[in-house]
Amino acid sequence: MIRLEEVSKVYKTSTRPALDSISVEVDKGEFVFLIGPSGSGKSTFLRLLLREEVPSKGRVYVANFDVARMARRRVPRLRQSIGCVFQDFRLLQNKTVHENVAFALEVIGKPRHTIKKVVPEVLELVGLEGKAERMPSELSGGEQQRVAIARAFVNRPLMLLADEPTGNLDPDTSQDIMLLLERINRTGTTVLMATHDHGIVDSMRRRVVELDLGRVVRDDARGVYGVGR
Amino acid sequence: MRASFVFSEVLTGLRRNITMTIAMIITTAISLALLGGGLLVVRMIDKTQLLYQDKVEVSVYLTNDVSATDKECVNDPCKALRTSLETDPAVETVVFENRDEAFERFKRIFEAQPELVKLARPEALPASFRVKLVDPDRPEVITQSYGGRAGIDSITDQSEFLDRFFSALNGVRNVVFAVALVMAIAALLLISNTVQLSAFTRRTEVGIMRLVGATRWYTQLPFLLEAMVTGLVGALLAIGLLVLVKVMFLDDVLADPINAGVVRSVDGLDILLVSPWLLLVALGISGLTGYVTLRLYVRT
Repeated sequence: MIRLEEVSKVYKTSTRPALDSISVEVDKGEFVFLIGPSGSGKSTFLRLLLREEVPSKGRVYVANFDVARMARRRVPRLRQSIGCVFQDFRLLQNKTVHENVAFALEVIGKPRHTIKKVVPEVLELVGLEGKAERMPSELSGGEQQRVAIARAFVNRPLMLLADEPTGNLDPDTSQDIMLLLERINRTGTTVLMATHDHGIVDSMRRRVVELDLGRVVRDDARGVYGVGR
Repeated sequence: MRASFVFSEVLTGLRRNITMTIAMIITTAISLALLGGGLLVVRMIDKTQLLYQDKVEVSVYLTNDVSATDKECVNDPCKALRTSLETDPAVETVVFENRDEAFERFKRIFEAQPELVKLARPEALPASFRVKLVDPDRPEVITQSYGGRAGIDSITDQSEFLDRFFSALNGVRNVVFAVALVMAIAALLLISNTVQLSAFTRRTEVGIMRLVGATRWYTQLPFLLEAMVTGLVGALLAIGLLVLVKVMFLDDVLADPINAGVVRSVDGLDILLVSPWLLLVALGISGLTGYVTLRLYVRT
């Protein structure tokens, strides 16, 4: 599903590479934690997969896309097969829950009858079936993140990228969000989650890829956040 | 492409920056109205030139004693002059007009001002040859070879006056175009600024759109259409402004010379013919400015 081959990324403004010749492979349907301190290269890793950045060296493959070399006009196709969730939710405050989720389909040109059918389905999946007409400001943080997850998942992507999705949430709510991500993972969707949250990583016992100073320092199939850290 | 979605985005965008939108419409409208005004002056010049083209004549006025004594032009020097003019290869036609005929014409021209006619006497008007030239653009062939001949008082060349008249109109046209250009630059900068502002206020939406894989058309078309809609509204206002100026101002001011057949009026058809150009220019410029701005300032 994801394959990075000797990928390096050097930003013009920095002398040290953000990623230093890393190779990582993630299979379809895996659940992977991407951990590491700030500045270790997690964000760059995710941005490369979305083609928000192009690697300085190496190859990046996502599904059947040769991400680094594909034509610019095909980038939307790549992004349509990847769902994204962020720490700050990134909801549109002037749209209702339903509209926020529908927006993701409208802007890629999905027909109205499809939107009418799938949006309530995905809202039910994330447990927000009664709150479709609420505004984001009327929801709790956990509920807002559920809306964001619904939006990321509504187009049934092959892969879900989550960048510290629990960073703004209390532990109990975080646990609920993790259960939701697990459920999405069980549908066959690959989930890649960057996080700092020890408790979550330790309790889930999933694959852990740890980055430090742009290198992969650990890749455990059923890891914990880090012993002795 | 979902038209309803793009359209509602455009409307929201225009409403959100309502003050900028209004400023943009006003400058666009004024700039285009001036451009249209300039084009109308061009049309007026063309039509008026057409009006005069086959009427330009050289008038050869005869001296007072010839005018008084030789009413039928049967004696020299009048007869000799007539023969000489009629055989001149540069001359197309020659018409002799004696003092009484000149007076009749005078009365006809100024029938709207009877007090002027009352003051005039046939004795004050000279007899003349009205000479039409083969090449109306070269009246000097007559003025040079006949000036100073016996019996001739003066030679006037209508094209000299017309040249001055048309160069005045051309000047008006140039000034109008120059002001239109300056306003167009202001409109251009405003459009560019508004597109940037619009893209900035909607950066969250645009960010999400890019993230979920919307194509560039989907993310940028609303901004482009916003610019073009304001351009279109500006053009429509400009056309309205031209009609208003014609009806409320131009028709009044130019009523006399138009009725006298001196200049051609600006009629509705002229405005109708200029309008599509204004619309086209408005859409073209606003669309292009929007596109270039998005390309230069807004990341995709």
